[in-house]
Amino acid sequence: MDLSIFVILFQDGVVSAAIYALLALAMVLVFTVTRVIFVPIGEFVSFGALSLAALELGRAPGTVWLLLLFGLASGIVTLWSERRVLTARIWLRTLAETVVLPVAVAALVLLLAPHRPSQWLQVLLALAVTVPLGLFLYGAVYRPLAQASVLVLLIVSVALHIALVGLGLIFFGAEGSRTAPLSQVSLTLGDLSLSGQALAVLVVTAVLIAGLYLFFGRTLIGKALQATAVNRLGAQLVGISPLFSGRFAFGLAALIGTAGGILISPLTTIYYDTGFIIGLKGFVAAIIGGLVSYPVAAGAALLVGIIESFASFFASELKEVIVFMIIVPILFVRSRRSLVLEDEE
Amino acid sequence: MRSTQVAALLAFALAALLPMLPGVPAYWLTLGSLIGLSAMVALGIVVLTGVAGVVSFGQAMFVGFGAYTTAILTTRYGWPPLATLPVAVLLTGLLAWGIGAITLRLKGHYLPVATIAWNISFFYLTGGLDAFGRFDGISGIPPITIAGLSFAGGASFYLLTLAILALMVVATANLLDSRAGRAIRALRGGVLAAESFGIDTGRARILAFVYAAVLAAISGWLYAHFQRAINPTPFSVTVSIDYLLMAVAGGVGQIGGALVGAGLVTLVRDKLQDVLPALLGTAGNFESIVFGFALILILQFAPEGLWPHLRRWVGRRPEAPAGSPVAAAPSPPPAGAPAGAPAPLLSVVHLRKTFGGLVAVDDLTFRVGAGEIVGLIGPNGAGKSTSFNLITGMLPANGGSIGFRGEELRGWPARRIAPLGLARTFQHVKLVDGMSVLDNVAIGAHLHGRAGPVAGALRLDRAEEARLFARARAALARVGLPGAGDTVAGELPLGQQRLVEIARALALEPALLLLDEPAAGLRHAEKQALAGLLRAVRASGVGVLLVEHDMDFVMELTDRLVVMNFGAELAQGRPAEIQANPAVVEAYLGSAA
Amino acid sequence: MSAPLLSLERLSVSYGRVDAVREVSLSVPEGAIVAILGPNGAGKTTLLSAVMGILPCRGLATFRGVPLAGRPVEQRVADGMSLVPEKRELFVSMTVEDNLRLGGFRRRSTAGFAESLDAMWALFPRLAERRMQLAGTLSGGERQMLAMARSLMSTPRLLMLDEPSLGLAPLIVKEVFRVIAELRRTGVSILLVEQNARAALDLADHAYVLENGAAVLEGPGEALRRDERVIATYLGIRAVAS
Repeated sequence: MDLSIFVILFQDGVVSAAIYALLALAMVLVFTVTRVIFVPIGEFVSFGALSLAALELGRAPGTVWLLLLFGLASGIVTLWSERRVLTARIWLRTLAETVVLPVAVAALVLLLAPHRPSQWLQVLLALAVTVPLGLFLYGAVYRPLAQASVLVLLIVSVALHIALVGLGLIFFGAEGSRTAPLSQVSLTLGDLSLSGQALAVLVVTAVLIAGLYLFFGRTLIGKALQATAVNRLGAQLVGISPLFSGRFAFGLAALIGTAGGILISPLTTIYYDTGFIIGLKGFVAAIIGGLVSYPVAAGAALLVGIIESFASFFASELKEVIVFMIIVPILFVRSRRSLVLEDEE
Repeated sequence: MRSTQVAALLAFALAALLPMLPGVPAYWLTLGSLIGLSAMVALGIVVLTGVAGVVSFGQAMFVGFGAYTTAILTTRYGWPPLATLPVAVLLTGLLAWGIGAITLRLKGHYLPVATIAWNISFFYLTGGLDAFGRFDGISGIPPITIAGLSFAGGASFYLLTLAILALMVVATANLLDSRAGRAIRALRGGVLAAESFGIDTGRARILAFVYAAVLAAISGWLYAHFQRAINPTPFSVTVSIDYLLMAVAGGVGQIGGALVGAGLVTLVRDKLQDVLPALLGTAGNFESIVFGFALILILQFAPEGLWPHLRRWVGRRPEAPAGSPVAAAPSPPPAGAPAGAPAPLLSVVHLRKTFGGLVAVDDLTFRVGAGEIVGLIGPNGAGKSTSFNLITGMLPANGGSIGFRGEELRGWPARRIAPLGLARTFQHVKLVDGMSVLDNVAIGAHLHGRAGPVAGALRLDRAEEARLFARARAALARVGLPGAGDTVAGELPLGQQRLVEIARALALEPALLLLDEPAAGLRHAEKQALAGLLRAVRASGVGVLLVEHDMDFVMELTDRLVVMNFGAELAQGRPAEIQANPAVVEAYLGSAA
Repeated sequence: MSAPLLSLERLSVSYGRVDAVREVSLSVPEGAIVAILGPNGAGKTTLLSAVMGILPCRGLATFRGVPLAGRPVEQRVADGMSLVPEKRELFVSMTVEDNLRLGGFRRRSTAGFAESLDAMWALFPRLAERRMQLAGTLSGGERQMLAMARSLMSTPRLLMLDEPSLGLAPLIVKEVFRVIAELRRTGVSILLVEQNARAALDLADHAYVLENGAAVLEGPGEALRRDERVIATYLGIRAVAS
């Protein structure tokens, strides 16, 4: 292997790593705030990419139907869980959030899609569909299980993932799509040539991470999410409702997942079920960070991306196996270190 | 139990008659076989998830292990099918043991997460390597023949599956009803409680994991010889979720639940595979959508699954709890240390524990002799519970020494301390809810037996079990609950649950009994009964150390008191001296601000 | 007399089959300090948790005349209740100032937010000195101060304090009670659960004694201070005497 191949592999690795890092951060966020291991974040990657691909073809993406569906489900769950204290205000608010909003978004998408709006508008439309979907998933699926154990929440996450993949097949079909690059520029620095899309991935990732950093460090809402992660009861006692934090975390995760999908889809063909594998690699990074540490998760994402890139060169058939096996030594080291008994009550 | 056995026998007999019925479509037998194969995997999940509380998303991988092992050995090396079974079982067992050893000690969610990764890796490994035939898989697998009898036909394979499933059900029931099985079930009552009675909870979890994997591997072995060709798809994560759904839908805590769930899910899947693609106009595995949402809805609305509801319809209720506690029965001869021995049983010297900068226990020194009741009291936050946890090995001390029967306990884990004759109860009762009172008490006698899981599953442990249960029954009689043995522990009122905890501790035949707030939540008469029991225990030569807030109870019962405040000893002495001590009065009532 | 701020009628709380609190009735009038005394394990903390909505309960509880049933914790905070829990429940990996700001989370965009923050620095000068320190690095006394200040940031009508003197050295206990006395002047009503019976009774307008989950004694603070039965409850002297 000569240096130029090394550089190319390294560069590919860093670009995928950026996406994995985003997903890992979203998983850490959702886990620390809600104790949910958000396996379906991979579906947001697929759905984001495939929605954008549909919009590029001048078609309304199938995700609008999902939005309407889960909006309705979330509305029903909300009304049911607040049935004892139902007021006209709650009725109206729930109706506006779970019916009017999705219908409005769907109408907008259906109206605009055939006109092939500009790329930026397409991206915004894709986000407008998937971010509320994240909120509705929380409302319909996880909210009724707020008291459940991490394990039950995990089973639910995996079940939701399976169901969403199936729905993805219905709405997007079995064919894969690749979207147009967000940027056509290409940089050349000696041997190193960087495509516009790769650059876009790195820039957007950096902006998102910086944005998250500022959001958590500077805003009271960001701190409220952090507070929920640090001390759930304490957060409740100062009036931060778990519902509020949960929705916010899921909304952010949906945004990040979709962004990941939009960023990666010009680089690789995305199928209805590709997101899961991409999400899992983010997940491997999050796990290495113990599902609590943002910096370790981001660093681990870099490791995962680069290992994957080199593995695909040397043993392309086993690249997934090699990536997932990274966690074995990590878990082994962790298990040697934490021999303290834990009572799971 | 007897009626359950009769019902199970009846169900299996009826199922076995299916092929004899005239005009039964061959497809029914195929479905029946598939149900049986799935039920084996779900049965493992019952032990793993329902009983041991460990979640795995990788059971399909273990099925695949069994299937690929035999496929490769029979097609490539010409082994007869029967000869590959032990290899498949052994290989899968070893693999599960390895995975378990790495991840089972970690907090709850690492194992399930790791199993997802492993299952996916297995999928790509089998799909990517020539040795596994890549995604085309391996075909030309011979049918099973045993002593010249071929099980290639639909009916014969169905009966073979049914027979093996029946054996598994019996073995699983036996295992859960044995010493090793109780250790697995004890996990549900909390790791601390189990470890306090000498149970190696890490090993119990690995045992459950290996057992579930082996059942899955046998199912995979059968599957390979049934389909005669295999590929990676039926061993993917998605299928693992289906297995989990079967167990959860049926009722993950129950053997019957696994059977019902496997039947239900397999039949529904079969129907959906016909209906959904026609409905949607395209081909695909759309049943996963229905299954995914079904699993979510079950966990939201009926986390205990269908089985308990089915049982309720059949109208079987557990017996009502036994009556109120009677006075303590005469105690058996002294256990452990000889009565009235002058040497102290427990001697705590300069004990110290800090959490970060906070000194929780500061230079604590006291002794407990055989046949003596010592109370450890003090205001909230004085360090009593911490001291208790230091002595029982739940927490490591920072300094000082804990001497017990000539051994220095400092740094020992709870599991190692129990065999020396130290037993305890818990402030918040830690019994295994769904288990009978007698089985709960038998956990206390765990260290007095040695039978392993294989002996348990094969019922070779009966003599030893009889001894352990005799011990448990004696202990239960001692606390005045001789009739409560068959009651489900969680259905007893709290006062009696505390007595059961004491019985469990007595079943260890301890030299020293540590009681953490034994009178909390008890009514007056119950406290009287408890005091009577503890006096009897003292009379038998056992030392007792108790933390208790109820001063009436403490002052009446104890021989000596150790008062703590701010982590340090405030006073020691007889109850009357303590009550007259001005420093103690101030610690309890506070000084005027 | 006007309706009490908080009123409990036959309130019971169970953990599974155990009744931790049995049919307790009590009321906190506007502007009053009411103490709940009793030995460890009497059900005091459980009672406060139920009032705050952390634990489910039976019986009738009303706050400012409105039944509390069905209102989640954060709603009760918005209504004007605040609990300083026994374990403080601070955000240990965040700064003292962030803890305080989060205390006023529900009124983060109101005009009075900055003033409340300044008022807390004035009331707890020790905290002002440590505003950029992480809450987890504070001493026990400072943590208690921070927990109280965080609660006050929500400008509660009713402040519930669970064992504010627990584990604190005598000098700091005095400081805590000084602050409680000072708070009375700001008009906030206080429901105080305390083991330090003497200090609590010095301060309380009215007190209840809980034993085994039931209220066994009640009366004005002054009267209970001289009641022999209070001492007996704590030290179990009855049993020896009888």
